[in-house]
Formats: sequence, C-alpha cells, structure tokens
Amino acid sequence: MAMLKITDLEVSYGMIQAIRGINFEVEQGEVIALIGANGAGKTTILHTVTGLLKCKAGKIEFEGKDITKLPGHKIVSLGMAHVPEGRRVFADLSVLENLKLGAYTRTDKQEIEDTLKVIYKRFPRLEERKSQMAGTLSGGEQQMLAMGRALMSHPKIILMDEPSMGLSPIFVSEIFDIIKEISASGTTVLVVEQNAKKALSIADRAYVLETGNIVLEGAAKDLLENDSVKKAYLGE
Amino acid sequence: MGILQNILEQFINGLRSGSIYALIALGYTMVYGIAKMINFAHGDIIMVGAYALYVGLSILHLPAILAILLSLVVCTIFGVVIERVAYKPLRSAPPLAVLITAIGVSFLLQSVSLLIFGATPIPQESIVKFAGIKIGGLSISGITVVTLIVTTICMISLTWFIQKTKMGSAMRAVAEDKGAAELMGIDVNKTISLTFAIGSALASIAGILYVCQYQSLKPTLGAMPGIKAFVAAVLGGIGSVPGAMLGGIILGLIESLSKAYISTELSDAIVFGILVLVLLIKPSGLLGKIRKEKV
Ligand SMILES: Nc1ncnc2c1ncn2[C@@H]1O[C@H](COP(=O)(O)OP(=O)(O)OP(=O)(O)O)[C@@H](O)[C@H]1O
Ligand SMILES: [Mg+2]
Repeated sequence: MAMLKITDLEVSYGMIQAIRGINFEVEQGEVIALIGANGAGKTTILHTVTGLLKCKAGKIEFEGKDITKLPGHKIVSLGMAHVPEGRRVFADLSVLENLKLGAYTRTDKQEIEDTLKVIYKRFPRLEERKSQMAGTLSGGEQQMLAMGRALMSHPKIILMDEPSMGLSPIFVSEIFDIIKEISASGTTVLVVEQNAKKALSIADRAYVLETGNIVLEGAAKDLLENDSVKKAYLGE
Repeated sequence: MGILQNILEQFINGLRSGSIYALIALGYTMVYGIAKMINFAHGDIIMVGAYALYVGLSILHLPAILAILLSLVVCTIFGVVIERVAYKPLRSAPPLAVLITAIGVSFLLQSVSLLIFGATPIPQESIVKFAGIKIGGLSISGITVVTLIVTTICMISLTWFIQKTKMGSAMRAVAEDKGAAELMGIDVNKTISLTFAIGSALASIAGILYVCQYQSLKPTLGAMPGIKAFVAAVLGGIGSVPGAMLGGIILGLIESLSKAYISTELSDAIVFGILVLVLLIKPSGLLGKIRKEKV
C-alpha cells in the first residue's frame, strides 16, 4: 500500500482548472520529485494534499485513510508536514516560537524538547539565533527554519515546495544535503522543484507536470537521461 | 487649589478615560490583526455589556459579582456569534462588504436594544462603593481607582497571554499567515473566535466601568467610546496590541487636558486633529508596521 495515494485529482480556482485529473503515489521511505515549469500546478497539488485547498474531484489517501475532505489543521497530526513555497515563517515570532509552533499538535513536553535538540543539531544556526525574530533571518536561514519547523511535528512524510528557490548555490547544495539526511533518517520526502537537476539527483522517482497534467513519470535516474526532460528542464 | 494639583487631577482623569479607550481599542486592534477587518459593531458590545450588567443588577437582583459575570458571558457570546453569523461567511469577500456588514450589525444591536429598553436613559447606580482616596490635597474618586487597577490588570494579563502562552503564539501566527498557521495544525476558525471572545470580554469590562462612571444607560452609549477607541487603535497603529494601549492612554490624556485647558467643544476636534497629524507623519500609526499582505 502506498503511503500517499492521489487518484484522479482535479483542482480549480474559480473557472480556471489548475489540476486536470492526476494520479500519483508515494511509497514509504521514498524521495519523490515533482518537477514542472512555472504555473504547472505544483504548489496547487501540495496545497490540496495538506488541506489548504479543496479539490473539485478525486481522492487523497494517506496510509490508507481518506483525507480528501479533512481540514488543513487536522492533517499535520496524522504525520504529514508541509514546508510551503516561499518558506512562510512567522516573521514577527522568534525562531524558537516558530519551531514550537511546528510542534503545536504534540503534547508531550519532553518529546518536543528532544525533537528540538535534534533539530538544533541539524541546523546549528537556528540554535544560535533562537531568540531572533524570524523575519530578520537570511533567506537560507529562513528555509532552514521552515524545514526545522515542519520537522518539529515529527512527520512521517514531509512535503517541500521549492526549498532551493532564491538561494545562493552554496545554500542550495546545503538544502539538498539536508533533504538527503531527512530521508536517511526515515522520513518520506515529496519535493517540488524547479531546480530539476538537483531534485532528480536526490530523488528515487519523479513526476513531470505540465499545465495540470502528469506527462511523464519514472525513476529519477532515467528521467535525467530522458531527452525531452533534458531539453525542457535541464537546459541541455 | 494649586495649578499643579489641577493639572495632576486632569491627568488622572485622562488616564482613567484613556485606559477605558485602551481596553476597547484592544478589541479593534486584535480583531483587525487576525481577521483584517474593522469590527464597527465592537462599540455596541460595550452597550450590550452595560445593559447586561443592568439586567443582572436591577432586574434579576443578582449580587454585583454575578452581574459582572453575566455581562462578561453575554458579551463574549455576542462577540463569537456575531463573528460566526455575520463575518465568517464573508471571509473572502471584498473589504467593503465586510465593513458594511459590520455597520449593519452595529445598527442592529442598537435597534434591538432600543426596542427592548426604550430610548429614555435608564439610571443605574454604580457598583463601586469605595469612596476614593486622598493624597495631600488631591482626591481621586473610587471609580477612577478601580478603573485604573482593573484596566492595568487586564492589559498585563492580555500581554502575558499573547506573548507567553501557546494559544497566544498561535494567535500571533494566525494574524501573520493563516495558511501557514493551518499547516502547523492551528484551527484558524477557533483562533478567530477566541480573538472575538477576548475582545468582547474586554468591551464588557469597559461597559461595566462606563456604567459605574456615568450611571446611566441608553442604546447608543457605545457609539462615542467605540469611535474614540477606534481612533486610539489607529493612532497607536492598528493591529498592534501595545499600540492600542498607548493610543488609548494618549487619546484620553489629550482629551482630558484639552477639555480642561483649551475648550470642551474643541476637545474632539483636537483629538481628531492629532490623529490626522500622526497619520500624516507615520501612516501606520505610532507602533504600527506596514506589512505586505501574503497570499
Ligand atoms: N489563487 C489563485 N487564483 C487563481 N489562479 C491561481 C491561483 N493560484 C494559482 N493559480 C493558477 O493555477 C496554476 C497553477 O499554479 P501553481 O501555483 O500551482 O503553479 P506552480 O507549478 O507551483 O508554479 P511555480 O513554479 O511558479 O510556483 C497557474 O496557472 C496559476 O496561475
Ligand atoms: Mg509553486
């Protein structure tokens, strides 16, 4: 059984249909990349999966449970965390307050403290800046905070929307290293990226999205060799 | 009576009315911060609180403490229900529709109160029996002392709640970015309800203090303090909690001092004039921030 299973999903913004009946699956432990050009519908898919948007048709199942109609705030406690596009850290809250909100649905104080320690170990910069307002962090640091905040919920699967957007090459490599680490620690990863090369290099499988349809899917290493992918997304 | 003592007395009067404005302004600013709307019916919740106190004391003959509780509960319920029924369905509507709805709710509350209680002002004795204090030649009335103590306690506890508790940080998160807050597992609708509940409870306290001060009720009693408190919230920077407190106190002081030393008739004009001036220099208000809306 797939961990996350999307069936015939359709999503519209008013009259505009952004997602036109797509199917995909994420197996436990996989790193899945979802690539596509601007406006293809990547963010729309993630928002629908985590309940920020309602779908017009289709079904979303997580660990066999139908979560299609579940409101967004009930998703995270099932074990699904979402690092949104543009990071969306709470700028007027401190780094620590942001991280604590990531654990909002958890109740065991000791476990939260333990997770916090693990996250500080993975992102030492966040510990150094824990009392600083999140809005004053650099873009890369904010991305780390957004990831740390999502990890604070101790998710089984983490959805990341363009984690490398707007970052310098050094930060981009660092972020992808961290994604590999997150995966190695047992968390399933679904990553949306415009940086297709990087995303395909760390993914097990990938889906290619074009104007609301999945046009290609397969093992990431095969897609890296695929001519149309090379032409459209790898700039070769 | 020395001039200094006179000034001090006016200053304390200003603090008293200012702290009530601050209490009401908190409701405006918190609701604005979280729901991005001006709840024009907020002033009328003061009126609801005042009448609820009156019903408790003079009709149900409850002890003062129970009448206060009744007023708090009634206002809280009104605040939450108004949000659910009138504002929630309009959450993605254009701001103008929401504004007109809020004005409509305000008229509705006033009209219903007019129907039930009539237009003739109803006298209501103060529940503050404490005579006041004298420091040197300076006398401070009981209601002034009580008002200053109660409002200070309210503002300190609210600040503590917002800054130090989990629910408080959830509230700040929702105010900043509802979608991201939702992703944290925060129930945005509940948080908005909570905000309306707190704002309305503070308005009830303002209503009770108002009745004790003026000892008379009429259906429009909330309108003027409501407008003044709204001005205070804008002056302090709408959306900012310390701003609302500061704005309220400043407004009360200006009002009281200009009434005493310039002109009673002109005091409102002076208050609004200062608002315009502040907004010209700092459009976001004294402690407000200009922030880009997130989509
Ligand atoms: N709030 C909205 N209202 C109307 N249309 C929208 C809205 N959000 C997105 N769209 C449209 O839906 C389509 C998919 O948008 P989406 O944001 O999901 O794309 P994306 O693949 O994430 O793009 P990007 O790489 O630029 O982030 C686009 O055509 C976009 O214009
Ligand atoms: Mg996107």
